[in-house]
Amino acid sequence: MQKYINIIGLEIHIEPNTKSKMFCSCPQDHFGAKPNTQTCPICLGLPGALPYANKEAIKKTIKLGLALGSKISEKSKFYRKHYFYPDLPKGYQISQKDNPFCVGGSLMSKKINHIHLEEDAGKLIHSGDESLIDFNRSGCALIEIVTEPVFNNVSEVLSFVKELQLIARYLDISNADMEKGTMRLEANISLKALLGGGRMDSREVGNLPDYKVELKNINSFKFLEKALKAEIERQTKALDNSEKLKQETRGYDEKTKTTFSQRTKTDSDDYRYFPEPDISPINSTEYIVHSTKIPELPQAKRDRFMDMYKLPKDYVEILISDLERANYFEQAVKLAPDLTKSIADLMINKNMDNEYPEPAGFVKKIVELTKIEYASTSDLEQAIKDVLFENPNIVDSYINGKGQVIGFLIGQVQKVLQGKGDPKMINVKLIESLQKNI
Amino acid sequence: MNIPLTIKETQDGLKSKKFSAVELVDAYLAQIKKYNSEYNVFLTVTEELAYAKAKEIDRGDKTSHLAGVIVSYKDIFLTKGVRTTAGSKILESYIPPYSATSVSRIEAAGAIPIGKLYCDAFAHGASGENSDFGRTLNPWGKEYVPGGSSSGSAASVSAGMSLISLGSDTGGSTRQPANFCNLVGLKPTYGVIPRYGVISMSSSLDTIGSFAHTVDDIEIMFDVMRGTDGYDSTVSNFKKPNIKNKFKLGIAKEYFIDGLDSEVENMINDVKKTYEKIGIEVVELTLPHTKYMVPVYYIIQPAEVSSNLGRFDGIRYGSARQSFGEEAKRRIMIGSYVLSAGYYDAYYEKAMKVRTKIINDFDEAFKTVDAIISPVSPTPAFKLGANTSDPLKMYLEDIYTTTANLVGIPGLAIPSTFSKSGLPIGFQLLGPRFSEHQLFELGKKYHKEIDYKPKIAL
Repeated sequence: MQKYINIIGLEIHIEPNTKSKMFCSCPQDHFGAKPNTQTCPICLGLPGALPYANKEAIKKTIKLGLALGSKISEKSKFYRKHYFYPDLPKGYQISQKDNPFCVGGSLMSKKINHIHLEEDAGKLIHSGDESLIDFNRSGCALIEIVTEPVFNNVSEVLSFVKELQLIARYLDISNADMEKGTMRLEANISLKALLGGGRMDSREVGNLPDYKVELKNINSFKFLEKALKAEIERQTKALDNSEKLKQETRGYDEKTKTTFSQRTKTDSDDYRYFPEPDISPINSTEYIVHSTKIPELPQAKRDRFMDMYKLPKDYVEILISDLERANYFEQAVKLAPDLTKSIADLMINKNMDNEYPEPAGFVKKIVELTKIEYASTSDLEQAIKDVLFENPNIVDSYINGKGQVIGFLIGQVQKVLQGKGDPKMINVKLIESLQKNI
Repeated sequence: MNIPLTIKETQDGLKSKKFSAVELVDAYLAQIKKYNSEYNVFLTVTEELAYAKAKEIDRGDKTSHLAGVIVSYKDIFLTKGVRTTAGSKILESYIPPYSATSVSRIEAAGAIPIGKLYCDAFAHGASGENSDFGRTLNPWGKEYVPGGSSSGSAASVSAGMSLISLGSDTGGSTRQPANFCNLVGLKPTYGVIPRYGVISMSSSLDTIGSFAHTVDDIEIMFDVMRGTDGYDSTVSNFKKPNIKNKFKLGIAKEYFIDGLDSEVENMINDVKKTYEKIGIEVVELTLPHTKYMVPVYYIIQPAEVSSNLGRFDGIRYGSARQSFGEEAKRRIMIGSYVLSAGYYDAYYEKAMKVRTKIINDFDEAFKTVDAIISPVSPTPAFKLGANTSDPLKMYLEDIYTTTANLVGIPGLAIPSTFSKSGLPIGFQLLGPRFSEHQLFELGKKYHKEIDYKPKIAL
């Protein structure tokens, strides 16, 4: 019997694939770049430097909001969020608070609280007793998606984040790679006791536990799954022993397969937010006009592929998980609608699309492969003669008007020809021969 | 040689070969060498840069707007490769890798940079006494403050150590020292001159101030520096408006407060009469929220200060946080307090609401008048040390000047006359947003009528 219900909320950061950082013209893509080679007075937070908001990043944030059914704030503002940390050169992060670009929305029936835009911090590198700071990432644009605490199990969480990744790719907002850090996950998790019989106390519906544990440093979907499971186990044990759980931030250790405490939050942090005076409020309506071209989203494509191409569910899933392949498949099918099944087969089981950059080349190859060497006409005529000779009763039935027996006869002929007969030809010749008998 | 007092005199002299740009630099440097150690005006003198630029001018183009004009900068303007301290110990050894937009524009127009000036640390102050390196003396009277926070800027121009100077104005830091040192000072409309590269004090109030002897020169500086730069996103461009020929001015009854010095009050009445004499109507008007000006200002400004100074956290720039001066610490404390959870609504949020009310006052006023005549400071320059033990009294210095910053409108400080004790007194004109050229016109009319002659103190 289930004793507890898991209450999980997500904070997902996505680095959009913009050309430049959030408030300066340094490159946004910092993967593999030599430390501190992509910086300027603005992203180093030097005295006198001012932020200039990146319109492309705003467009992409609003595009994501529109795709997820969020309400777009008419006047959106940036805020200063203050805290001291060596990787935060201004002593504040430019983020959003009231009136973020996107409010509400949902994905897979899971409610989204809001989506906002902010700048990233630098990266601390600790080695020995030295700590170094790489500011290449400082000031990079970062979209944050915050869900409501609406997930009750780990599999829901996993399908949600995977679907969100796919959507980011479909919308060309970001490649959302966990390993490159362009997608980063944080999960808030707490457990709530259920009544006997696994029911929730009706007075407790909608109430959240008085603590939550923030899981950080999760850099793959697999880790997310492991970390969540380990944390649920830890909290379950603690509650079973009537221990009081603390509000804290925990990380996941792959070696011990457990989570460990990183920082205890005694009180809610005071970030001394106030509206960023260096950036005037942004009128989102002009951005909506530019962002409304929302392409077909993964779920719509899934449904359409099932419906149009009658493919098995797992085939569809593989095809739509890569927008380029899905498009390739459709182009190929357009060239040879009869070969839909073969195209899908050869793509999924043989990865044959990799060998042909153009769908046309691929289709040509399939046609060659599926062309059958038919039996000669004389062999075919001989086979028909033999079959009719061996089945006088069936021939009689035909003569007596039972047209449907022709199917059986075709099958018999094909059997003699070991499947190498041209079905159309068999049909024509068979009917010819039977007519002679009438 | 006699040091020229206007841009035109400078350029006429260069063109007629009365003097070369190098000789000009010689003359200003001589003045600096003679008086700087006594008056604490320049923190850094950029002799080499000045001569290099002067030689360039002598060799080539003398037609650009500021060719040969000797300029000095308040030490919160970043100058590439030249130490920029903000008047603070924290940045005592800071050499910036880039220059402020205003600096680049002034120099692209041909000005010769001669050095960096004393100021109240991080521009916090109204007397120049909050500098971490020593206080600047008023060239018109050594026992008096030159005003602040752009103390060095005002002293530099009035002492003949530079012809023009850049300062900043967050709550009067250009207009008040200009007023105390017999200079024209402009606080422009917020969002007209880019702030990029000027160390931020209070980002929603900061503006780039100009100091010169005449309104004409201020106008040239303004036109050189204004317009978008792609770095300060609050800046917009505007076209120079057609100047009308019939003006109406107003004086707010709320300006005549208890602390207003009688000589300043008489001067304001004289200004009124002067304008009336040349056919400009002056009416009384009301700005009901005037009394909230200073309280609102001293919530919003420290809030933004506490945020902007956060970056000097002791990790970069070489100095620990203990090096902050008393005034900076005071503002960081007040600012952090008014932004704290639980107090934000009662202080910051409320101050922003009152700020809106103040803006409405002015919108209403400018429906009937083209500009408002106002004192700059309740008194002429006060004595060194007179207000240092009482921060609140020092804050009240800002009573007439914070308005323009809270409302975002331009204010032009105009020298008028001298007090009985020989100290300069003047007034300011406040106009609607983007009305600078109209204020210049009104300032020129006034100076023409009183036959104003610029002069230097030393």
